[in-house]
Amino acid sequence: MTTDAELPGPEAEAPTGAAPFQQYDEPVAFQDLVGQTHAAAELNPDAEAVLSVDNLRMYFPIKTALMRRTVGHVQAVDGVSFEVPKGGSLGLVGESGCGKSTTGQLITRLYKPTGGSMLFEGADLATMSEGTLKPLRREIQMIFQDPYSSLNPRHTVGAIVGAPLRIHNVVPKNKVLSRVQELLEVVGLNPEHYNRYPNEFSGGQRQRIGIARALALQPKLMVADEPVSALDVSIQAQVINLLQDLQKEFGIAFLFIAHDLAVVRHFCPEVAVMYLGKIVEIGDRASIYSNAHHPYTQALLSAVPDIKQAATGGRRERIRLTGDVPSPIDPPSGCRFRTRCPIAQEICTRHEPPLLQIGKRHKVACHFPGRLGAHPREPITARLLGVDTTGAPDPGASPATDLRQQPGYADTWFDLDAKSIGRA
Amino acid sequence: MTSVEGNEPYLKVTDLTVRFPTADGLVQAVTDLSYGVDLGKTLGIVGESGSGKSVSSMAVLGLHDRRSAQIDGSIVVGGTEVVGLSEDKMRSLRGNSVAMIFQDALAALHPFYKIGKQLSEAYLVHHKGATKREARARAIEMLDRVGIPQPDRRVDNYPHQFSGGMRQRAMIAMGLINNPSLLIADEPTTALDVTVQAQILDLLQDLQREFNSAVIIITHDLGVVAEMADDVLVMYGGRAVEYGPCKDILTHPEMPYTWGLLSSVPDVSADTNARMIPIPGNPPSLLAPPTGCAFHPRCVHASKVQGDLCRTTLPELLPGVRGENHLKRCHLANPDAIYEAEVLPEIAPEIMEGGLR
Repeated sequence: MTTDAELPGPEAEAPTGAAPFQQYDEPVAFQDLVGQTHAAAELNPDAEAVLSVDNLRMYFPIKTALMRRTVGHVQAVDGVSFEVPKGGSLGLVGESGCGKSTTGQLITRLYKPTGGSMLFEGADLATMSEGTLKPLRREIQMIFQDPYSSLNPRHTVGAIVGAPLRIHNVVPKNKVLSRVQELLEVVGLNPEHYNRYPNEFSGGQRQRIGIARALALQPKLMVADEPVSALDVSIQAQVINLLQDLQKEFGIAFLFIAHDLAVVRHFCPEVAVMYLGKIVEIGDRASIYSNAHHPYTQALLSAVPDIKQAATGGRRERIRLTGDVPSPIDPPSGCRFRTRCPIAQEICTRHEPPLLQIGKRHKVACHFPGRLGAHPREPITARLLGVDTTGAPDPGASPATDLRQQPGYADTWFDLDAKSIGRA
Repeated sequence: MTSVEGNEPYLKVTDLTVRFPTADGLVQAVTDLSYGVDLGKTLGIVGESGSGKSVSSMAVLGLHDRRSAQIDGSIVVGGTEVVGLSEDKMRSLRGNSVAMIFQDALAALHPFYKIGKQLSEAYLVHHKGATKREARARAIEMLDRVGIPQPDRRVDNYPHQFSGGMRQRAMIAMGLINNPSLLIADEPTTALDVTVQAQILDLLQDLQREFNSAVIIITHDLGVVAEMADDVLVMYGGRAVEYGPCKDILTHPEMPYTWGLLSSVPDVSADTNARMIPIPGNPPSLLAPPTGCAFHPRCVHASKVQGDLCRTTLPELLPGVRGENHLKRCHLANPDAIYEAEVLPEIAPEIMEGGLR
């Protein structure tokens, strides 16, 4: 590869602390700038799933120092099911340690899952061998959080972005450079800068390099693990708009992992909320952000500082979650959120709540699902689980048999208001 | 604690300029910065990385290397001039009436010493007569105050045994152990999850109410500012570009940089038609700052100013159209009208439909 051997040209002078170049040479007018942005992404309810994850589990063994005996497991991801629609995006949110990044790494097969399946275009990624997986790796690419540690400082931008092209042999060797330059242009970088090194670029520009690398193989699915959280606020919006551009132009599906609920709301029409290795609530944007039924989702949303608060002054009443997330090595029995839950009852200790579909595109895993301040007094799941209201076995009840989680949404669901089965 | 005379704010910074000589030349990190914070009030300082927000507040504690950093102007803390103060006197002030909370609690706590030891050290330094036993009791009391469970056992833990939120709490406890009148929190919640962030912000507010301290909160999160601050100072390229009451700045900003900050963050309750409008380009180099207004190369409203005033002349920090308290550094003649007519419909369509606040 020629770009590797080439020394940096005279234009690649030492960085002066400023960005070596600006993405906009002339100040653009405000209306033009608005024209380059996107409103929040919309849901296409008829899109097929490009990725269908079913009951995915990842247990990391804990080994003793001396004998390498396994003494326990970190249950990082424990039975997660979801679908990513073709050309759409699913957001994955939760606190640190909830398993959202591990889920992303499982889908890119940086880890081999302990159990479950990940169907990508009919092929199960979870059980595939390295050899059969390699051609599929082209279809699933990853954008990393930290633009400083995810680019090799001793490789030029051309070598970094060209590496996937060479590894997968998608273009002839003499065409690699022109393809790299095309890619740099697509992500808003100057194509002349292919022989510069990452340290000559600012954080936002480095993230663009990472995006160009992920884009090189024209993937169908991108796993974006906190792609903007390391960037300055003004740069975050640049990168989000770029990702929206790419999604529209190339029809790429995104699994968007982030802890910033506002950014996820803008980028993803569908969101899954994770807590301690499990999905506690999943649904479309309106279900999660304006109609959350799980106390954890409600607590997360009420904790987000709100700029609009300035208009009224002071702070809102919020749901105060006490304590820290329990250890995933020894998670609480029953519902994992019960130790911090403001509405937990006896049944929560005894039984894990099933992820119940309660709306057209809305599932929640709670014994007492309800809007904020209107959670039911009696567990609505008791009959389904075949127990009484405290969670003790009820000999007269007949437990529902079809409670196993499905990756997608069913046509019928449990209507909370009517306490009966609803239909689309 | 020193008493404050008259109506002077507890902390008063006047024309502060901080320069650092580097191999590439003189970096002017902060230029002609002035602000004040009263006891019991909170000032929020916002800006991008490199805007000088941390450098200016570190100068208040005299944390810059005196051999290299060139500091001009005046910083008065509770009646004491800090600029040029001897290291001995600075020491008696630091951690006593002025304290700081840092962003990265793991880096700010010493990994070799127990939490309790680090807390009681801060107490013993400023209470010469106190015994170790008293200092330990005080450390436990403070850990309890910031909401660490079983403080009498946790006091003997090392920092790595604490979770991220608990470390931040321990650092707040350390900062507050001598009841400081001025607390500077530099990105106190940036590394934390939203639920823990909410806990820490609640804690800071409770403690401020209890001790009536002046608080400076440095952040890039405008949501945090909206919930915590009484006044806001927006910094760009080492200068104050907008300064005034929090409510006024966030609802009627008059400087295109503040508009850019507001429009580039989405809101959890915004209309789904709202856009995330970035600020084009990158923050400027402080080695060779742009001529005129430092923001003009990235400003999308510069064309609305006559001639090339933005490129040639630095605007003064002057009261805007909304009153004496709201200062802005911009040539635009009618910023409020432009904001309402152009920016607001794009970033908050729901407000336009329902009429203005």
